[in-house]
Amino acid sequence: MSELLSFKPLYAVLASLAAGLLVSVSGRRPRLRESFTLAGAAAKFGIIISMLPAVLAGHSFSTPGLEVFPGMELRLKADALGMVFAAMSSFLWILVSVYSVGYLQKTGEERRTRFFAFFAFTLSAAAGLAFSANLFTAFVFYELITLATYPLVAHKQTKEAMESGRIYLAYLLGTSLTFMLAAILITYNAAGTLDFVPGGIFGELAAGNKVLLGTVFFLFIAGTAKAAIMPLHSWLPAAMVAPAPVSALLHAVAVVKAGVFLVLKVTLHVFGAETLRELGFGGPLAWIASFTIIAASVMALTQDNLKLRLAYSTVSQLSYVVLGAALLSPSALKGAVAQLAAHGFAKITLFLAAGAIYALERRTKVSELDGIGRRMPLTMTAFSLCALSMIGAPPLAGFISKWHIGLGAVEAGRPVFLAVIGASALLNAAYFLPIIYRAFWGRPGADHGAGHGAATESGAAAMMMVVPLVITAAVTLALFFFPGPLLKLAELAAGG
Amino acid sequence: MTEPVLSLTQHIPALLVLVPLLASAIIPFSPARLRRAGGTVALLANAAALALASALAVETFRLGRVTYNFGGWAPPWGIEYAVDPLAAIMLLLVAFVSFAAAVYSRAAAGAEIAHEKLPYYHSAGLLLVSGLSGMIITGDVFNLYVFLEIASLAGYALIAAGRRRDALVASFNYLILGTIAATFILLGIGYLYMASGTLNIADLRERLPHIYHTKTVLTAFAFLMVGFSIKTALFPLHIWLPDAYTYAPSPASALLAAAGTKVGVYAMLRVTYTVFRPEFNASVVPMKTILLVLSSAAIIYGAVMAIAQKDIKRMLAWSSVSQIGYIVLGAAIASQYSLTGSLLHMINHALMKAALFMCAGLMLISTGAEKISDLRGAAARMPLTMAAFTAAAVSMTGIPPTLGFMSKWHIALGAVEAGLWAVVPVVLAGSLLTGIYFWKVIEPAYFAAPPEGHIPSGRGQAPDTPAPFWAAAPAAALAGLGVLLGLAAWTPAAGAARAAGELLLK
Repeated sequence: MSELLSFKPLYAVLASLAAGLLVSVSGRRPRLRESFTLAGAAAKFGIIISMLPAVLAGHSFSTPGLEVFPGMELRLKADALGMVFAAMSSFLWILVSVYSVGYLQKTGEERRTRFFAFFAFTLSAAAGLAFSANLFTAFVFYELITLATYPLVAHKQTKEAMESGRIYLAYLLGTSLTFMLAAILITYNAAGTLDFVPGGIFGELAAGNKVLLGTVFFLFIAGTAKAAIMPLHSWLPAAMVAPAPVSALLHAVAVVKAGVFLVLKVTLHVFGAETLRELGFGGPLAWIASFTIIAASVMALTQDNLKLRLAYSTVSQLSYVVLGAALLSPSALKGAVAQLAAHGFAKITLFLAAGAIYALERRTKVSELDGIGRRMPLTMTAFSLCALSMIGAPPLAGFISKWHIGLGAVEAGRPVFLAVIGASALLNAAYFLPIIYRAFWGRPGADHGAGHGAATESGAAAMMMVVPLVITAAVTLALFFFPGPLLKLAELAAGG
Repeated sequence: MTEPVLSLTQHIPALLVLVPLLASAIIPFSPARLRRAGGTVALLANAAALALASALAVETFRLGRVTYNFGGWAPPWGIEYAVDPLAAIMLLLVAFVSFAAAVYSRAAAGAEIAHEKLPYYHSAGLLLVSGLSGMIITGDVFNLYVFLEIASLAGYALIAAGRRRDALVASFNYLILGTIAATFILLGIGYLYMASGTLNIADLRERLPHIYHTKTVLTAFAFLMVGFSIKTALFPLHIWLPDAYTYAPSPASALLAAAGTKVGVYAMLRVTYTVFRPEFNASVVPMKTILLVLSSAAIIYGAVMAIAQKDIKRMLAWSSVSQIGYIVLGAAIASQYSLTGSLLHMINHALMKAALFMCAGLMLISTGAEKISDLRGAAARMPLTMAAFTAAAVSMTGIPPTLGFMSKWHIALGAVEAGLWAVVPVVLAGSLLTGIYFWKVIEPAYFAAPPEGHIPSGRGQAPDTPAPFWAAAPAAALAGLGVLLGLAAWTPAAGAARAAGELLLK
């Protein structure tokens, strides 16, 4: 367990920043622009993966700090938890980039240079958050993610898109600049440091200051609206007006993952599981998360718009991470970290599939999907696999994470949460299975029967969309059979 | 120990005031050809003042304190100039912003001011700089009043130079309130002299503690505080400010908002911390509570009013009311952290608000935009201006890693440390409201399509003209500094922390 001095975490941040800058000046030459994006994505993934073996061996990579002010420095550190987030998001960026090229071509979206540039900036900020060594750095990159994603959410610049963009900013900046900043201020004043330390930074303070620390903990939770814990979730369904690759970015690659990542980080490295257990803050948070899991699933049931149904599903699935963190037992924390990745790969497949359906068939509603599986067999097979992963069925990644969270509930002596997980699985099945049924066994109606029976997954642009989502579905499958590295990272992150 | 190589270096404190003053006098009385080059003369004088202020700042931070006896007369007979770290920072700030404003004015003041009035505008600008520098540097309260009047008169003239007739009314209103303020300050100084027999600030500091509880001294303090509150535009004595900043020419608004009100706060700090001691505020008068309430109200009320505005400059003016609230709040909490934050916020607000008013001027020049609704789709036509505006707005909102975040962080940390829990939400909510009023400009500029056939409110018959480079450059440079100083906050914060530490000495 040693800390290696290295600039690699910084290079990971700079790779996508440089890509974004190059993209923004090469708008007149689309091919060059696209190759900058792909080169940036590949370089970033390479840098991050090169750190994986050492991190798996229990080491971490730390850059020298840039001291902005005494006690406050910008510093990056790649540890196991950050690695899960960074490796996943940088891998997905490659696939989403390829997908975006095809998608934007098929849907004829404008302002593609801005799109690719800000996509890259977002990835840069996400890597910064994943590798932040202290709360100050994390806060800076957390805000930068919001700012960098805004032009993507409002991409279409229609009245509806602008309205959603405003909601997006209001929720994310509104909560973080008040609640989270207040929490950071009080933390700094009480603990005298903002560093992320496994086991927490409050030490002996914890005993006598239950009210103060309770306030800080729940200010952190309320300040992290990106985790979409109810009642601070409305920005996520609103943001689904954005193009499908952006939804993929929000739901899987960077944004919501940044939220739950920070919740885990605060749980493990600011407070420490031990301290939180003593203080008893896990209980209330677990109930809030359970409420979100169930309520969001029920809301998903009632949505006919496919992307909206997926959005509510995300709200529900994210709270599994929060639940895992709140249970505070070793297996539950491990499950929470695993869920970060499992949900990422599965949900990106679902959104990419929804985007492909829109781009190739112009369909957005669940009720229009009858028989679509016969025309888009690859897409819908991938969709179905990942929907099953969401439900938690083996042999898929979702089973691994839910199994550990469930195990953790028993370990923590709170088997009541098993009921929550079970009820949620039923609800998930209730809103996903009808889609699968319609796609493969439904009869296309007369009103939307265009392209009857003919396969639409053909042509270069279509393949650029279908291949990435098949790969992510394959990863979802592979994570069940080869969970070793992921679980090892999760165990290291959870402090095992 | 070491003899100065040039005797001129000894006279830097005097030169800092005299150079702009003389240049200001030269412009209107010179032959027509030189008068037309007033912008260049002003630029050179400001460059000289900036160099002098930099040298003086280096010297002050090295020695701790620099004093200068005017005309060689030792105090208490003569007038003493005294420079401590706080004064050095303020002098540098005023000189820097004035220099930036002079660069802008030379390139673009002609867009808003009639040709024949331009030399007088440049002259008044220099007079303002001279007056403000004098207020900061002097160690004598009566001399402070004299410089205050010089700066005020120059300020009235600058506002009246605005291109609309409303500017005259705004200037007149400010003149009435400003005169009341000056009268109050003069009365306060008079009472202090009556009670203590001295006008020298250092002597007052020694003598006043024995007579803190006398009615004369208390009255003097009240007059001074109200007077400076008007000059600072502290809520609820801010009513002159929105009209004045709206109708003044943009570079004049930049100068007044950046330097003018800051020096008002500086004078207030001098009175409360140097002339009177910190313990006076703590034990004799409940000044802390009064200022906490007023500045909190200023932060929220100013921001809410800014959100309600349709005119760009009026929005920026109300924003000033709110930001002054932050500066006074940090000063009122009176801890090392909060006072450091207050000084950092003075720097932040001076640089950013100057940049923003310059951007407002550039918008008027290049697209004729005066109202926020004129700015739809404007980012495509003036990318540099909007980028500068956005960067400055981010720093004003206090999003990291900008200087505005650093200043608000220190103020809020001071409040947390002092256990003033009611103040913390005000500081944080103020940031959000700030974000909202700036977002109302940024969103349409970047994400809305320009309306067809729309005639901007500030446009006469003239077609769109690209903004002169040397007008856009200072705006962009100032806005860039907000981010740069945020990342290297160590430098300004160390200076501010030292100045704050010296102010808080018992």
